[in-house]
Amino acid sequence: MSEFTDKIESAGATRGLLRFFTAGSVDDGKSTLIGRLLYDTKSIYEDQYEAIKHSSEQRGEEQVNLALLTDGLRAEREQGITIDVAYRYFSTPRRKFIIADTPGHIQYTRNMVTGSSTANLAIIMVDARNGISEQTCRHTLITSLIGIRHIIVCVNKMDLVGYKEEVFERIRAEYEKFSSKLEVVDVQFIPIVALNGDNVVDKSKNMPWYGGSTLLYLLENIHVASDENLIDCRFPVQYIIRPQLTEYHDYRGYAGKVAGGILKKGDTIMALPSGFTTKIKAIDTFDGPIEEATPGMSVTVLLEDDIDISRGDMLVRANNQPKVEQDIDLMVCWLNEKKLIVGNKYAIKHTTQDARCVVKEVHYKININTLHRIEDDKEIKLNDVGRISIRTTKPLFFDNYRKNRRTGSLILIDETTNETVGAGMIL
Amino acid sequence: MHSNTHHLDELESEAIYILREVAAQFEKTALLFSGGKDSIVASYLARKAFWPAKIPFALMHIDTGHNFEETLVYRDEWVKKIDARLIVKYVQDSIDKGRVKEETGYNASRNLLQTVTLLDAIEELKLDACIGGARRDEEKARAKERFFSHRDEFGQWNPKNQRPELWDLFNGKKNIGEHFRVFPLSNWTELDVWQYIKEENIPIPSIYYTHQRECVNRDGQLLAKSPYLKLKDTEKYEKYTVRFRTIGDMTCTGAVLSEASNIDEVIEEVAASRVTERGTRADDKRSEAAMEDRKKAGYF
Repeated sequence: MSEFTDKIESAGATRGLLRFFTAGSVDDGKSTLIGRLLYDTKSIYEDQYEAIKHSSEQRGEEQVNLALLTDGLRAEREQGITIDVAYRYFSTPRRKFIIADTPGHIQYTRNMVTGSSTANLAIIMVDARNGISEQTCRHTLITSLIGIRHIIVCVNKMDLVGYKEEVFERIRAEYEKFSSKLEVVDVQFIPIVALNGDNVVDKSKNMPWYGGSTLLYLLENIHVASDENLIDCRFPVQYIIRPQLTEYHDYRGYAGKVAGGILKKGDTIMALPSGFTTKIKAIDTFDGPIEEATPGMSVTVLLEDDIDISRGDMLVRANNQPKVEQDIDLMVCWLNEKKLIVGNKYAIKHTTQDARCVVKEVHYKININTLHRIEDDKEIKLNDVGRISIRTTKPLFFDNYRKNRRTGSLILIDETTNETVGAGMIL
Repeated sequence: MHSNTHHLDELESEAIYILREVAAQFEKTALLFSGGKDSIVASYLARKAFWPAKIPFALMHIDTGHNFEETLVYRDEWVKKIDARLIVKYVQDSIDKGRVKEETGYNASRNLLQTVTLLDAIEELKLDACIGGARRDEEKARAKERFFSHRDEFGQWNPKNQRPELWDLFNGKKNIGEHFRVFPLSNWTELDVWQYIKEENIPIPSIYYTHQRECVNRDGQLLAKSPYLKLKDTEKYEKYTVRFRTIGDMTCTGAVLSEASNIDEVIEEVAASRVTERGTRADDKRSEAAMEDRKKAGYF
């Protein structure tokens, strides 16, 4: 646990944003846990509470079903399942939280990938009675694949196993053995009862043997700022700002969001693909110029020299360039009912670039329950994950996904329907 | 920079990124402006996103004709202040053309009729993107809304056929006749919006603050006195000390009893509130899936 606690910020740090997603099987109590977090942090309003109380009574349920809070669409309420990613919000004095609530069925790998793509942390639910299931493994593998560095395993329904420490420890050992093969930085375990709130917001009186933190405490304190790539300077140009006004006659600003590293006023930078180098004259915002810009910040960069730069170009450092290539290998998660076809052309969106590509080859698929390679079946269908090679119409400026999620990710778009059909992580 | 509220920096950055993405990906955009706080913040963020250039798209007000006067005065001042262009489309014109029929009865509202006026405007102006101030925390059906929400050639939203949105990659590709609704404030909550208004010192219409107003109490809702509201025999107007938590059509926007006279008091009230802001909207109370149905038909 020490590695984990080392990363906990000192008290009184600024109030930031934590995005997490929750994964669990149908009956693991995931919706109940979210309902509990919202309820105990007073993020549920009376009219919402009254509405679900009313629905619970109509369904003949004895307790107010907190899970109903997260079942948004009519079809879901009727079928009692969650069919898409829903976003929930709550805050405490320390942080604001965005939850991507994703369903756990095998056919919804696509939703998990979508919900987790913007998350810093995953909560994986395990039913204490059943222990590690095939679903737990799948959720963990997807979490690892999508590059989430922090996992909190909530061993739920501890009341149904007599609050026994041995059960919790056995599940922890089993999970650690399984996950040691994966690239996950931090894993933390908490025994909880989501239904009654044990160890969710308040410490449980039923499990005095547990000396760790409550779930909310961990969520409030876990350090995620260093998950960003602060080394490799990447600024994809998103939009050119040219005021065409007399007072800003020569103003030419390159607007965009920093995708990696730190941009500083005065830095020498190189523009891709042209290769011209120049200096950053200023970093502008509506609120005035700033000295430096860090990943995630939307800013406008002004350059010393007038060089030809347009949307999709990238500002980098001459001695630290991304790969600039047209033949690219990636892991793809397929999101559409129309399967991937080798030889087909797809549109691509990558950073702020638009391109097209042809799929050259499927190397293998991955068994998402075991992580084993499947070499004899290379048909990538909805919810499948596999390794493919593509060739793009023009060079992309990219990094390995493990190194930078912002410059290492792309989406594939079907050119006939315009639907987003594939989520790609560059290798 | 928001020193104690770092999360507002992140939300602001995200919204600016979305707005710039709209300008880059679409040909003709309008920002739907109601004079409510969310569309005020959305247009303010647009000012920031493109500064020092002007906002590269117009604000569009779908005017039901049932406005709070303060909203219209505010609207015209605000448009000047942020140096924007304004387009106004009138529900009355749609009624006169026979495109829609005025609702009758005690709960008659022009709120639903706005959808037709909006869709007509989208077609007439050939808009391919409309930016809205809607947030996911407002209502259950909104919780699954995308930043880039695809609408078919009939302006309809199909919740089962929304494009997955991954990372920072937004797919605005479409066929002719289709359009997108874009929601840069998706991840903001009501409290975030208020805190941001405070920290950025953004002016808002006076009716968000406490004032005396004649209202009628209908099924627990305080509806403001207006020529458009038909009273039942048993109902009468009384004076209340109120403010508005949302601003929409006069006939369906309820006031709340409040003495909050400045932004700090409003924030305190919102933080302590036990009812959602849409709890003051009669239009959402029509059925459990009211919002979902209206969104499918092309509502905001």
